[in-house]
Amino acid sequence: MATAESSETNQYLTFNLDGEVFGLAILKVREVLDFTSITRVPQTPAYMRGVINLRGSVVPVMDLRLKFNMAQTEKKVNTCIIITEVELNGELVVLGALADSVQEVVDLDSSQIEPPPHMGTRLRTEFIKGMGKHGERFIIVLDIDRVFSSEEIAVAQTAGMTTVDAA
Amino acid sequence: MDVHAEAFKEEAYELLTELETSLLELEERPDDSEVVGRVFRAMHTIKGSGAMFGFDAVSEFTHEVETAFDRVREGMIKVTPELISLTLQARDKILELLDTGGDGKDADARRIVTEFQCLCGCGVSTEAVVAVAEDSLAALAGSQERRRTYRIRFKPVPSYFANGSNPLPLLNELREMGESTVIAHLDAIPVLADYVPEECYTFWDIILTTDQDENAIRDVFIFVEDQCELIIDVIHVAGELEDNEEYKRLGEILVERGDISTEALNEIIGNQPRLGEKLVQSNAVDQSMIDAALLEQQHIAKIREKDQQKVKAVTSIKVDSLRLDNMVDLVGELVTVQARLTQKAENNQDPDLLLIAEEVERLTTELRDNTMSIRMLPIGSTFSKFRRLVRDLSRDLGKQIEMTTAGAETELDKTVIDQLNDPLVHIIRNSIDHGIEAPDVRLANGKAKEGVIHLSAHHSGAFVLIEISDNGAGLDPEKLRTKAVSKGLIAADADLSVDECFALILEAGFSTAEKITDVSGRGVGMDVVRRSIENLRGEIGITSKLGVGTTITLKLPLTLAIIDGLLVQISEDFFVIPLSMVEECVELSREEALLAKTRSMMTFRGELFSYISLRDSFAITGAPPAIERVVIASVKGEKIGFGVDQVVGQHQTVIKTLSNVYKDVVGISGATILGDGSVALVLDVNQLVLETTHNG
Repeated sequence: MATAESSETNQYLTFNLDGEVFGLAILKVREVLDFTSITRVPQTPAYMRGVINLRGSVVPVMDLRLKFNMAQTEKKVNTCIIITEVELNGELVVLGALADSVQEVVDLDSSQIEPPPHMGTRLRTEFIKGMGKHGERFIIVLDIDRVFSSEEIAVAQTAGMTTVDAA
Repeated sequence: MDVHAEAFKEEAYELLTELETSLLELEERPDDSEVVGRVFRAMHTIKGSGAMFGFDAVSEFTHEVETAFDRVREGMIKVTPELISLTLQARDKILELLDTGGDGKDADARRIVTEFQCLCGCGVSTEAVVAVAEDSLAALAGSQERRRTYRIRFKPVPSYFANGSNPLPLLNELREMGESTVIAHLDAIPVLADYVPEECYTFWDIILTTDQDENAIRDVFIFVEDQCELIIDVIHVAGELEDNEEYKRLGEILVERGDISTEALNEIIGNQPRLGEKLVQSNAVDQSMIDAALLEQQHIAKIREKDQQKVKAVTSIKVDSLRLDNMVDLVGELVTVQARLTQKAENNQDPDLLLIAEEVERLTTELRDNTMSIRMLPIGSTFSKFRRLVRDLSRDLGKQIEMTTAGAETELDKTVIDQLNDPLVHIIRNSIDHGIEAPDVRLANGKAKEGVIHLSAHHSGAFVLIEISDNGAGLDPEKLRTKAVSKGLIAADADLSVDECFALILEAGFSTAEKITDVSGRGVGMDVVRRSIENLRGEIGITSKLGVGTTITLKLPLTLAIIDGLLVQISEDFFVIPLSMVEECVELSREEALLAKTRSMMTFRGELFSYISLRDSFAITGAPPAIERVVIASVKGEKIGFGVDQVVGQHQTVIKTLSNVYKDVVGISGATILGDGSVALVLDVNQLVLETTHNG
């Protein structure tokens, strides 16, 4: 599987979250939008920010910062929504991810990507595909399918429900 | 191969695919009863439909597998990897039987059956074998009701108004009975100086095409019978006249109506081409009489054209449904853009722009209605599919059942019709199997030997009502109750109304038949029905009288793609409530709202009903306004109030599905895009009510 993917592409879109640089396989990215008003859907955890209108389709938007235990994304000049195609339960689902800013598209050979460290990152290691070395910087390459895996969403959802009930 | 068998095969392929995924899922989570249920339902449907469409080998074979899973469902045997792999083998065998039309008696099939029987721990044989039905019977022709065209002359006496009678409601009532052309004869009205306002000078000719009989028409006039002259004639019966035959000539019509005598007419008829003009010139009849007669000709011509169109439409249109879906999507987007344009125009207060916006709005609405109407199909084809089934099934069960239909021309959205097939199969199957008694039982009870299943469809506002009624044994509420208690579905001391008892048959795992047959009786059918109908935003109603029969009514929305909604606001969030469910909107002061909130009840016009604060249900922050608005919706005849901040107004709602990510969210059925491009959520009123009653 890993070999098949690396032969497909070695381009990554890099973006900023709370000062950290993340990378996302370019094949997973459909487009990048400016921040727009998000309609909140009730009974969902805080990191599921709600839905937006993407040229007539209703697309869910996730707050990656909340997902990665950072403070909630606030709207700033560079805040944007990365529209991704994620595999969920074997189905391709279009999801938006909030990012503080989008930087560039970089080439990373598989040799430039090291396995994720077992400690020292703020986010859970299963979300990380590897650490890409680009010049002097390290890019955290995300496994976006894992980040939004249905299990993750379902678990978070029940958690969100209980907090609502408690409040 | 006939169309229905082809349709069954297609459905079976789908079910088999579903079966495979469910089985694989089950292998991972052997204790998940939901998945076991899915496996079971898939097989049950294959078995049942297979038997109906003459795939007896498939049906028999599946029956064995189903029996094993029934035991799994009851917890009598465990899901083991062996069972899964054996079932997967069986699945492949079913596919093979479908494709090759084999008899299911080959060594491989027998091996699978034997292994299943070993697994079940007993030798359950195929006791419910379906007799092979001969294919000789030609498809039964649909029993189309006879539509008649009547000519009604309604001539009130001059003192008609003096009694407080008003002719207009009567005319409106006639109009509702069918297609009509109304002609008012005004010639008797005098000049203003001689005019007595209390006298009625006018009389009417109504040409009415309806499927109701003359008595129904007379009933309309029942209270004014002695105050008017009423003549009713049948002038056209659907299908009676050859289509190429011309309708009566003008002169004939006038004579028939008694407006002119035959002699007088013959005197006047010369070689003049325009009879009408000539008649008026010679003062034999008034101009209005001629007009009325001409309108009658037109009316009949229109009716005939429609009859012909009905035949043509079925044969000539065949478009890939995907293209239609695309078109509906585009129209949906257009409606959204149009809403934005209208809003912009209103904000700018530019009269020219407003004019254009209004024009666009009118066109869009028309385009929307037209597009939607393309997707509308008459339900008749679905109805006629069941004739064969009723015949075969009743024969297998040794019963005599006739199926009658009404309203076959009623139109429904294609998606709704497609999803209606399964539920109808289950309902009809239940009627045949449990509802209608065996001939000797019927005779003993003083009923006709032959049972009747009646399918009917008609429009009711934004809904279509489909009724499936039988004149069978009816439901016994007490028996249903006892059964539900023994199955553990309800508590022994549960206080249920008769209707609630009937509704028990829709619960999963409920079945009243003592013996399991090939047709139904495992208690899966009706819960499938309920789920499918709820998915279509519909409702199910059951009425029954013990010994007389049962009627199941399905109330379905006309279309799923675009609805009229009521836009409401809570803090910064917008929600849409389907307008068809809204009864009225009222205001509550903060004190009243607080009281309603604590009691979850409110009173209005002396009625007490449930109240849900949407702000609380959806955990929306912010202070509620001083005066709260309550939208009163009606669900299954019961009222419920939804507390909101503001009622914004009517909104043409193009329903967008919410991503699967939100499939567990309760009370939201979709989303829509507002005029300013933002997203509003569409409320699932049914689900909200259900949730509230469960929690309360």
